[in-house]
Amino acid sequence: MADSTAHVSRSRDLDKLLLRPGHLVGPTFEPGPELRDDLRKFATVLVVGAGGLGCELLKDLALSGFKNLEVIDMDRIEVSNLNRQFLFRLQDVGKPKAEVAAKRVMERVSGVNIVPHFCRIEDKDIEFYNHFNIIALGLDSIEARSYINAVACSFLEYDSDDKPLEETIKPMVDGGTEGFKGHARVIIPGVTPCFECTIWLFPPQVKFPLCTLAETPRTAAHCIEYAHLIKWDEVHSGKAFDPDDPEHMKWVYSEAVKRAELFGIPGVTYSLTQGVVKNIIPAIASTNAIISAACALETLKIVSGCSKTLSNYLTYNGAEGLHTKVTEFVKDMDCLICGPGVLIELDTSVTLQKFMDQLQEHPKLLLSKASVKHREKNLYIQAPPVLEELTRSNLNLPLFDLMGKIRKDIVHVTGSTTKNDKKTSCLRKLRVVFKGIDGATDMDTAGGA
Amino acid sequence: MAEPKTKYDRQLRIWGEQGQEALEKASICLLNCGPTGSETLKNLVLGGIGSITVIDGSKVELGDLGNNFMVDESSIGQSKAKCVCASLQELNDAVKAKFIEEYPEALIETNPSFFSQFTLVIATQLVEDSMIKLDRICREANVMLIFARSYGLTGFVRISLKEHAVIESKPDHFLDDLRLNNPWPELRGFAETIDLNVSDPVVHKHTPYVVILVKMAEQWTKSHDGKLPSTREEKKEFKDLLKSKMIAMDEDNYKEAIEASFKVFAPRGISSNLQQIIDDSRADVDSSSSNFWVMVASLKEFIANEGGGEAPLEGSIPDMTSSTEHYVNLQKIYQAKAEADFLVIEQRVRNILKKIGRDPDSISKANIKSFSKNARKLTVCRYRLLEEEFNSPIQPELQKYLTDEDYSVAVGFYILLRAVDRFAANYNSFPGQFDGGMDEDISRLKTTAVSLLSDLGCNGSTLTEDLINEMCRFGAAELHAVAAFIGGIASQEVIKLITKQFVPMSGTFIFNGIDHKSQLLSL
Repeated sequence: MADSTAHVSRSRDLDKLLLRPGHLVGPTFEPGPELRDDLRKFATVLVVGAGGLGCELLKDLALSGFKNLEVIDMDRIEVSNLNRQFLFRLQDVGKPKAEVAAKRVMERVSGVNIVPHFCRIEDKDIEFYNHFNIIALGLDSIEARSYINAVACSFLEYDSDDKPLEETIKPMVDGGTEGFKGHARVIIPGVTPCFECTIWLFPPQVKFPLCTLAETPRTAAHCIEYAHLIKWDEVHSGKAFDPDDPEHMKWVYSEAVKRAELFGIPGVTYSLTQGVVKNIIPAIASTNAIISAACALETLKIVSGCSKTLSNYLTYNGAEGLHTKVTEFVKDMDCLICGPGVLIELDTSVTLQKFMDQLQEHPKLLLSKASVKHREKNLYIQAPPVLEELTRSNLNLPLFDLMGKIRKDIVHVTGSTTKNDKKTSCLRKLRVVFKGIDGATDMDTAGGA
Repeated sequence: MAEPKTKYDRQLRIWGEQGQEALEKASICLLNCGPTGSETLKNLVLGGIGSITVIDGSKVELGDLGNNFMVDESSIGQSKAKCVCASLQELNDAVKAKFIEEYPEALIETNPSFFSQFTLVIATQLVEDSMIKLDRICREANVMLIFARSYGLTGFVRISLKEHAVIESKPDHFLDDLRLNNPWPELRGFAETIDLNVSDPVVHKHTPYVVILVKMAEQWTKSHDGKLPSTREEKKEFKDLLKSKMIAMDEDNYKEAIEASFKVFAPRGISSNLQQIIDDSRADVDSSSSNFWVMVASLKEFIANEGGGEAPLEGSIPDMTSSTEHYVNLQKIYQAKAEADFLVIEQRVRNILKKIGRDPDSISKANIKSFSKNARKLTVCRYRLLEEEFNSPIQPELQKYLTDEDYSVAVGFYILLRAVDRFAANYNSFPGQFDGGMDEDISRLKTTAVSLLSDLGCNGSTLTEDLINEMCRFGAAELHAVAAFIGGIASQEVIKLITKQFVPMSGTFIFNGIDHKSQLLSL
């Protein structure tokens, strides 16, 4: 027993939760030193994003019994991060966030190993995401959440009764903040709603109509967007606007000031110009700390079973007094992402190229520039050119042959789709069934289309 | 060297230069720098708080390395206050950080006047006896105080101070101040210059909804004995009237008018919340009154006289479909009225100051302007002394919590968080703090909780076995994630109190780390 050493151990406090039996715990909870050791040795957590939430998550997880962490982020450190992204210092500005964050936490918490990945989330092979027990999301964009959600849900397999297979479930915790407000949620694909089931929680951003900007500006923001979206292109034919170039920003600001003066509109400042053009979301340390802590705690509980879990969505508002609320959202049974997969019925003669053309026209998918993967095998890859060339010859072969002549199976396709008039990268799980093979397909079509 | 402005950009967008200035002037004292205290200060140091003083008498042990990010291997055996202070300083060199190696309990006993030098004291992980003593000290010295405690999967945050008045409460959803139900002469005059029946469709669809509603309301009252629509039928009729004025389906301004017609139906005058504030006995001012109450006294006079039952106009209007010219003119009319109202308030403030024997210029123009602009949103928060709450909690609330399913876990934790302190006073350790003897601790904690409930006048109320068991299992553990959550909330409340912006929490926040159904208890 660890009794005599518990009070001098590094895990003095955490041991109380992991070593002792409890009454309000998860169904899989098996307290004991083995649980603590397994958490250290075998549990791996991926933190997506090394920003305001990501920095906190790495620290919280490193001090919650996890020893194997990885973090992925494509950004470099900026001065405006320093009021909350506490792992970064002024001299770190310009360095990759993931690398500095990993290094700082490892320096402080001995025994923790954090592997940084300085790249876009789409740059990683899907299989990269499969070796983690759980994924913690510290992101600020809907698109990135959608992508990771689709990846995690793509591992999900259903049995013949359309029940999710336990070992294929990749849990996620997701946090988000804006000013004094935030949310933390638990996503158990196949069990609780996935990000896409409740996408309506994130209404698309409202844009100003162009005619308002051009003809009837009323606010400072209208003048700024006129300079940014209309005037820039008029004057700099062909040159793309770069929001990170201070010269570009100053130009937009001065044009906005001119327009505001012309119409007698008050309130254009440089700070507002940056805010409008870059769609800056105000962010503070405390909200990030609160939301990340909730996410880290849920991560610990999901992996160890040491307590019940959040079911399934926590909203937090600290601006007027203090409000927290837990809502139990329900799964969208027809969800394209976490459901059993879009059913595609094909003749055995259909080539890979024909199959990809169908995806582009499929009303639910509208998926172009597809890369297709079956099991571990890449059937076709769009980029890089070397791999494209290697897989190009597959395009004219029947998909049935490429998939090893099995009657039905899951195929993963990445590509781009159009959402709210915007191209986004996406990943879709498809249930491909071939017609006219022994053991007719009638029963498999139920719930499909 | 980067400009501090850039570094703080994302928070300046929330609390502005003034809020930031207040933070940079503040001097904070932290009692106990375990993870709860360290995480609270971390968030404040990052935001550029003026100065921190960390007080802790303990040395860093191996166990501290498992839950506190502000210490590491090299800290073992050293003063915890010193190590945490050094780590915090690394986060922001603009902050003045110092430490005192002393136990807070000793300081509370021997040197109560020590605390009067601070703007605010954050007291973490104190037991009941010390909390009550510190509360009295800070209340007397007029120092703001926040208690925070993490305990297993629960914990609490509680503010304690006599009164906190907020002018810039910045509510999320607040009805804009358009006075469509009570337009002043200039606004009515402006509306009269605009013809709703204009034939040019471009002009017709660029008439701002404010003008449409002012004119249509006027037209309505003329045919309804000077009354605005009030019954459901009348409201519907009014909306239909608006609809009938549309000359095309795509007229956004008329759609906005129909959507905003409730602003015409809204009752005139001030909210009950504001009524309560001007009726407060503190609005009868004398030379010892605070600036806030002097301004409230002037507001009270304004409402009774020039305001005609209304507070000063805020002066801003939301964006709406309109031609630029109409919109800018409308903006000027609202601003002019707000400025005129402010000047009246200012004059009244100066007169009141003179009357109570203070320098008439002792409240700045900027302060009065902000007060006048935000008059409808004033908020006053008051907090009971901890001792009062502990000895005589508000009975109806307590009974409600004990019987309401939504509150049962939170109130259970509230009772148990107090019971563990009584337990510790009797048995020199917290229940389950050390391994072994768990069954005995469970039964002792249960007895302690029952007797506490009976002291609170809740004979017969019981807590569930599950919760008592869990509390013993927690064994006073300070888990990092829980400490980061509790510390996050504590730091956020510190920011609201110091910037005097936004509304701080009321009552006691009880954290429920089991399923996150945390609650605020007003006892």
